[in-house]
Amino acid sequence: MAMTMAAAKSELILGPVPFHWSVETVRDFYFRIADEAPIDAVYLGEVVCHKRAPFFAPYLDEVANRLKAAGKRVVFSTLAEVMLPAERRLVEAVCAMGGDLVEANDVSALSHLAGRPHHIGPYMNVYNEDTLKFLAGKGAVHVSLPAELPANALRALGAAAPALGVSLDVQVFGRVPLALSARCYHARLTGRTKDSCQYACEADPDGLALDTLEGTPFLAINGIQTLSHSCLNLAGELADLQAMGITGFRLSPHSCDMVAVAEIFRTVADDALGPDEAEARLAALDPPGPFANGFFHGAAGCIRTGADRAQA
Amino acid sequence: MTAEKLTRPELVCPAGTPASLRTAVDAGADAVYCGFQNATNARNFPGLNFTPAELQAAIAYAHDRGAKVLLAVNTFPPAGQTDLWKEAIDIGAGFGIDAIIVADIGVADYAARRHPGQRLHLSVQAGAASPEAIGFYCREFGVKRVVLPRMLTVAEISGLHQQIPCEIEAFVFGNIGMMAEGRCSLTNYATGLSTNMDGVCSPASQVQYEEDAERNLTTRLGGFVVDRFACGESAGYPTICKGRYHVVGRTGAYHAFEEPVSLNLSALLPDLMRAGVTALKIEGRQRSRAYVRNVVAAFRKAVDAVLAGRDPEIASLLALTEGHRETQGAFQGKTWR
Repeated sequence: MAMTMAAAKSELILGPVPFHWSVETVRDFYFRIADEAPIDAVYLGEVVCHKRAPFFAPYLDEVANRLKAAGKRVVFSTLAEVMLPAERRLVEAVCAMGGDLVEANDVSALSHLAGRPHHIGPYMNVYNEDTLKFLAGKGAVHVSLPAELPANALRALGAAAPALGVSLDVQVFGRVPLALSARCYHARLTGRTKDSCQYACEADPDGLALDTLEGTPFLAINGIQTLSHSCLNLAGELADLQAMGITGFRLSPHSCDMVAVAEIFRTVADDALGPDEAEARLAALDPPGPFANGFFHGAAGCIRTGADRAQA
Repeated sequence: MTAEKLTRPELVCPAGTPASLRTAVDAGADAVYCGFQNATNARNFPGLNFTPAELQAAIAYAHDRGAKVLLAVNTFPPAGQTDLWKEAIDIGAGFGIDAIIVADIGVADYAARRHPGQRLHLSVQAGAASPEAIGFYCREFGVKRVVLPRMLTVAEISGLHQQIPCEIEAFVFGNIGMMAEGRCSLTNYATGLSTNMDGVCSPASQVQYEEDAERNLTTRLGGFVVDRFACGESAGYPTICKGRYHVVGRTGAYHAFEEPVSLNLSALLPDLMRAGVTALKIEGRQRSRAYVRNVVAAFRKAVDAVLAGRDPEIASLLALTEGHRETQGAFQGKTWR
């Protein structure tokens, strides 16, 4: 399979920053992505907590313009969990930015975007070809699939997508979003609540480690979100994904060198670097956790499988 | 309490088996909800749920006694396997089921197009918590009722009621997970079985109990330690969102998400009814018939008391939380978040 690359060039996508980084950090991060990273599309915006959104708002235009000037497509992502008036207002405001520039991460956003071209984010439950077809009929032109989908489901979706005029991406790097809650766990840890959080999540640029009682690293807390401790790495599965009709590979930002991460995935996608060498180089970049690829293989998401690949 | 005019809410009760269904109906359920013996529903556990023939008989039993039957087809079919879900919809609709509870957009679309007269409810697994999201499902699929995620306060439910074109069903009693329903892959991350696709949360086949020489108990899911209990301490079933963990900034074992508590909104019944909640849902398709009988009977009495202008007798429900402390969860106010 590894040698049968699809004819169309795969796109490298940078997902939104899921963490609460300082505004200077976020701005500089995107400036560097604009100037140096072989990324085709950048998804901007707050997807986890509406309370974080105002901080970066003053820099949004500047960052978006810099990324566009560097030839990157910019898409604005919406919140994954929408319930409170402030959350609803934020989603409405982002959706009002216009048509195919917006990625819906919940049905609230979809209700604003239906009828015009838009993107569907990985927090929407697009598990099957019927859902994909319905969403295409509402104007979806690109869908980022949920991280827990196994290869056989991805293959069926990849087969259905071209006739629907939809392109597909999957996350290939970074901690995997596993759950959302109405409660903020960073606030809980500090004896506060979501309303009085004082931005406790700011202290953990890759999420807060949650270890089992026998000391095994397990999960990571990010405000209302729970992520995997392990770091998804599908560098070894890129060729399979391409053959299935998945045309986009999504990197989820972390505090490690994401320009270097992007360069490695670009090289693998272009068939100029083998997965073992890619894995070794990625491991040297201090990723947020050990590599895992279980979901793709229909196994526990925490597992790293692949008999033909060297252990990192 | 003043004898104000309140609309009689529907008491929606769990039925894990045909026997439980009959028990719930006999105990005063206005409606029971159940599922087939496969991945099409979110309680896909061994020994639970209905064959098509059992469902047909159960519908007859319930209808003869004036109760409704709701069919949960509320998981998310993975691509290439949607036929099983379509079959579930077709069978339910063919039997004259009172409503089908759906979550997946593709499944909802199929049900709405293939069986245009069939009443649809939106499952809590769809995670629709805003007027925009709920309104979308109502517009697109003709959804008549939304089962609300357990994340809104009573005041927020009241506000929501004014802004949506469908009925509201709210959980009032039973086990509650901490994570937004339909958006949790924790079990799949630890075990390889998916809550959304396989209909299992913390499946028993992946649970391990280990007792050491001092009779301390360790519980595991998919190999991960979820909790440890000292000898004599009441041990809970290992569910990731109710486990104890080590985290920087805390010494000792820490309930990072939630204590093992059970939801009990019996004291809030009048408030929920005033907020416009049409249906009160009791969790527990995996529970015993005795549990179902006791909870349903207690809530039947409580709801009838509220309607008659009396204070509901709720003490008997406390004993049913089975060693768990009880909570009003998100319903009590914003500080829960």
